[in-house]
Amino acid sequence: MLAYKFDWGVLWRQPSGEWLLQGLWLTIQIGALAWVIALTLGILFGTLRSVRFWPLRILGSVYVEVFRNVPFLVQLFFWFYAGPMLFGKTLQFKINALSGLNYYVAIVALGLYTASRVGEHVRAGFASIGHGQYDAVLSTGMTPVQMYWHVMIPHALRLIIPPLTTEFLTIFKNSAVAMTIGVAETTFMSYKIDEQTFHGLEATTGAMAIYLVLGMTVVKLMNVIEARFQIPGLMSR
Amino acid sequence: MFDAVLQNLPYLLGGFLTNVQLAVFALAGGLFLGTLVGLGRISKRPWVYHPVTLYVNLLRNIPLILVIFWFYFVMPILVGRTMDPFVSAAVSFIVFEATYFGEIFRAGFQSISKDLVSAAYSTGLTYRQTAAYILVPIAFRRMLPSLITQSIITFQDTSLAYVIGLQEIVRRTTIVDSMEVRSIQLYSFVAVLFFIICLAGSRISLHYEEKSRKAKVL
Amino acid sequence: MIEIKNVSKWFGDFQVLADVNEVVQRGQKVVICGPSGSGKSTLLRCINGLEPYQKGEIVVGGTSLSDPKTNLYKLREKLGMVFQRFELYPHMTVMRNITLAPMKVRKKSRQEAEKKAMELLDRVGIPDKAGAFPANLSGGQQQRVAIARALAMEPECMMFDEPTSALDPEMIQEVLEVMIGLAKEGMTMLVVTHEMGFAREVADEIIFMDEGRIVERGRGEEFFKNPKSQRTKDFLGQILK
Repeated sequence: MLAYKFDWGVLWRQPSGEWLLQGLWLTIQIGALAWVIALTLGILFGTLRSVRFWPLRILGSVYVEVFRNVPFLVQLFFWFYAGPMLFGKTLQFKINALSGLNYYVAIVALGLYTASRVGEHVRAGFASIGHGQYDAVLSTGMTPVQMYWHVMIPHALRLIIPPLTTEFLTIFKNSAVAMTIGVAETTFMSYKIDEQTFHGLEATTGAMAIYLVLGMTVVKLMNVIEARFQIPGLMSR
Repeated sequence: MFDAVLQNLPYLLGGFLTNVQLAVFALAGGLFLGTLVGLGRISKRPWVYHPVTLYVNLLRNIPLILVIFWFYFVMPILVGRTMDPFVSAAVSFIVFEATYFGEIFRAGFQSISKDLVSAAYSTGLTYRQTAAYILVPIAFRRMLPSLITQSIITFQDTSLAYVIGLQEIVRRTTIVDSMEVRSIQLYSFVAVLFFIICLAGSRISLHYEEKSRKAKVL
Repeated sequence: MIEIKNVSKWFGDFQVLADVNEVVQRGQKVVICGPSGSGKSTLLRCINGLEPYQKGEIVVGGTSLSDPKTNLYKLREKLGMVFQRFELYPHMTVMRNITLAPMKVRKKSRQEAEKKAMELLDRVGIPDKAGAFPANLSGGQQQRVAIARALAMEPECMMFDEPTSALDPEMIQEVLEVMIGLAKEGMTMLVVTHEMGFAREVADEIIFMDEGRIVERGRGEEFFKNPKSQRTKDFLGQILK
C-alpha cells in the first residue's frame, strides 16, 4: 500500500468544506428543475403513447426509443456542443456566449432524458387502469382531452408513485454527469477538491454520503406524498 | 456532409472497441459477482445477509460517475502505483453493476419453489452444488430478458469512463470535435452508433420474453 | 432404524409438532394420514434435517440429528424423498435429473450413473423418456422419474410426502404400482398419503396425526374397522366415502 495520509479535515476545513455544500445546492437545483420538465413532458409523451390515434402513438414511441437507447452522457454532449449550432450561424455565437449555458443545457438534457422514462411509467399506469374507466368517462360526454386531464392522469399518477420515486432518485444520480460540462455540482466539487488537495478519496467518500442523505430524503418525501394522495381501498403499504 | 466522421472513422471506431471491451469485462464480472450477491441477499445467515444488503443499498443510491472516481482514487492507494484507467474503470463497473444483476438474480432465486430446493438437498447435494447446478441455471433462464436489458444499460454506462480519460469513443469524439468543430455530425454519429446496438439488444430481449411467455416451460 | 423421541416443533408461537414418538424398523412400511396442517409433512422434513426441531431427538441409522457434528448431507443420502409436486429440475433432462446427485455426491462416472439411471427408469416403467424434459411428461411420469431420482442414491429408507395428491385420477394408479413394487422388494417406507387402498395393501402400521400429535396408530384392517378415537373415526369417515 502506498503510504497515504488520510486527511478527513478537507471535508470541513475552508475553503474545501464549503465547496461540497455549494455543489449539493446545485445538485438539488438541477435535479428539481429537471424533474419538473421530466414530469410535464413525461405525462405528455405517456399520454401520446396511449391514445387511440396511431400517428401520435408512433411519435411517442420514436421519442422514447431514441432517448432510451442513447447514453445520457452522449445526449448531454450533443445538446451542449452541437445544440447551439442547430440555431444557425448567427444565433450560435450568442448562445455559446451565455454565461451559465452549461447549467441550462444540463437541466434541459436531463429533463428530456428522464421524461422518456417517466413516459413509460405513465403509459404503464394508464394500461393498468384499464378500458372500463376510459369508456365510462367518455360516455359522460367529456372529450378525450378533458378525460385525460381531469381523470386518467391524476389516477395514473397516484398508481405509479413507486416507480416515479425511483426515477426521482435516478435524476439526482444522473445530475452528476453534468460535471463533464463544467457544472459545479457535488461530484464536480469532489474532483475539484482532489485537484487542489490531492485528497480525492476523502472528498469522494464525503460526496457519497451526501448522495445517500439526499436519496433518503427523496424517499421520505415521496412516501409522504404517497400517503397524502393515496386512493382509498387500493393497495396500501 | 459526414466528412469529419468518415475521415476519423478508424480512430472513432477504435474508441468504440474500447467501450465494447469494457462492457465485456463489466458483464462477465458483474454477472458472476451478481450471482453471489443474489445468493447473499437470500441468505439466512445474518453475517452474509447484512453486509451484502448494505453494499447493494449503498451502491444503488450513488451516481456511477462518483463510483468511477472513487475507485480511481482508491486503487492506486491499495495497489501502490498508478492505475491504467481501463482497469480502474472495469473494477468500478463490475462492483457497481453487480448490485443490479444481484437484484435480478435475487428475484429469479425467489421464484424457485422451496420444495425444489428441498428435493435437491434430499438427494444429498450440498448448498454449493444446489446453488451451482439448480438455483443459478434456473434463475438465469427465467430472468434472461431482465439480464439483457441491464446489460444494455451497462453498455451505455461505459461511456462514463470518459471522466477518467479512458480512450473510449466519447472522449475520442470530443478530441476530434475540438480540432474539426463538426459537432453535429460527430455527436450524432456516436448517438446513432449506441442507438443501433442498444435497440438491437432490446429487440433480442423482447424476443426472449415472448419465447418464454409462450413456452411457460420453466 | 428411525427413532423419533418426544419431538416438538414450533413455527414462532404456533406448535406444529407435539411430543411425537415413533420407531420405524428396517423393512417396515408406515403410512401417516391426517387432515392438512396436522404436521405430517413437517415430520418428514424433520427426519432428513430439512426442518429443524426444538425439542426431542431424532436418530436415523444410529446418527442423531441433534448432534452438531452430524453431517446432514451424508444423512440425506440414506433417506430418499419424493414430493407432492414432483419437483424435477425443469432445465435438465430426465437422465440428468437422475444422474446429477450420484455423479456429484457419490462421484460416480457418467457411464456408471447413466447405466444405473436406465435400470431405474426401466423399473418405474418409462425407459424411453430418458432424453425428455420434465415439461414434456405427464404428472404420473414425472412422479415416477422423481422416484427413480430418489432411488438413484440407493437410500435405506424412502419417504413420500403425498405423492399422488397432485395427480389426475388416471395417473394415480401407475405411481402407486411403483410404490407397491418397492414395498414388496423390502424397502423401508414412510408414506404420507390419503390413498387408503394403498395403506390397506402395504402398510405394517398406520398413524393418524392431528394438530401435531399422533392420535392413534394401528395395524391393517383393525385400524379401519375399529378406530379408537373419535377424531380418527371422523377423519376416516370423510376419506373412506
